[in-house]
Amino acid sequence: MRCDDVALLLPEAVDGDTPVALPVQRHVETCLRCQAELARYRRMLRGLQMLRTQYLEPAPGVLSQTLAAIGEASEKRAIRSLLSGRRLAYVGAVGGALAAAGATTAAAVLLARARARRAALAAH
Amino acid sequence: MGTNDQISRQSGSDGLDELVGEAQRGDRTAFEELVRRTYVDTYTLAMRLTGNEEDARDVVQEAYLRAWKGIRRFRGDSAFTTWMYRITANASYTLVERRRRRRTTQLDDVDDPIDRRLDAQPDRLAESSAGLEHLSAALDQLPPSLRTLVILKDVYGLSHEAIAEELGISVAAAKVRLHRGRKRLRNLLDASEAQDGTRRSARAV
Repeated sequence: MRCDDVALLLPEAVDGDTPVALPVQRHVETCLRCQAELARYRRMLRGLQMLRTQYLEPAPGVLSQTLAAIGEASEKRAIRSLLSGRRLAYVGAVGGALAAAGATTAAAVLLARARARRAALAAH
Repeated sequence: MGTNDQISRQSGSDGLDELVGEAQRGDRTAFEELVRRTYVDTYTLAMRLTGNEEDARDVVQEAYLRAWKGIRRFRGDSAFTTWMYRITANASYTLVERRRRRRTTQLDDVDDPIDRRLDAQPDRLAESSAGLEHLSAALDQLPPSLRTLVILKDVYGLSHEAIAEELGISVAAAKVRLHRGRKRLRNLLDASEAQDGTRRSARAV
């Protein structure tokens, strides 16, 4: 195995997430150049991990604008839910009224038919 | 301008779980407190991903709006901050993609990125070592698609799977980009150190 081949694999192998083939491991164990290369990658990785705690100060207004946007979204959601609730109640009321009207009409029709039948029988 | 210590304290995770629980029950005040405690962290990630303040501001706002809408879906498998990293990465990706598509038709509309190198902002990261300065500057020089991978994986510790999901790419593609990103970053660091060495030698003469 050549150093150039190993060098291609080091960026992936540096964090230990990816298993390294045995020939690569053996080469690194005995090659000072590749060990130095690996050490440089590890140093870079440690540095990157340190950046995690290096906070940047937010630009002015970031917090207030974000909170305002959340407030606005919440109000919209509340209005939408209120409207959909009312819409549901309205649709329910209309449906109920239509059903009642239908039932009344059907009852009236049945009653009229029964009367007509009774009148016809009486005439005979 | 606050120091890193002050900012770091603001980002403390004490009591976040309790606030998350309350926010999931619809308590907006609790969610707003979550925002107050974590926005510095979210903003820092947004800045690192987008490279400029205006975009970072939009990303932070969008990320918290998405979080507020989806807080009931947060199962607590990971820390709230990690969940926010994922949402921020996704919001940043959406914004960058939108900008990229627009840029093809409106070339004049693209702002110059703000210079985020440490020597351009001496009061930020003032306690960083020279090594971290070089690293941060080199990171900024990476192409956005590679930088995003290196930041999310190596700085914020997200898994390949989580990154792939948020960026809408395959796990294999995420691994390839990370590999390229690390390699390119190493080359940039080498070049920067060589440049420094030359400067030091010139001064010594």
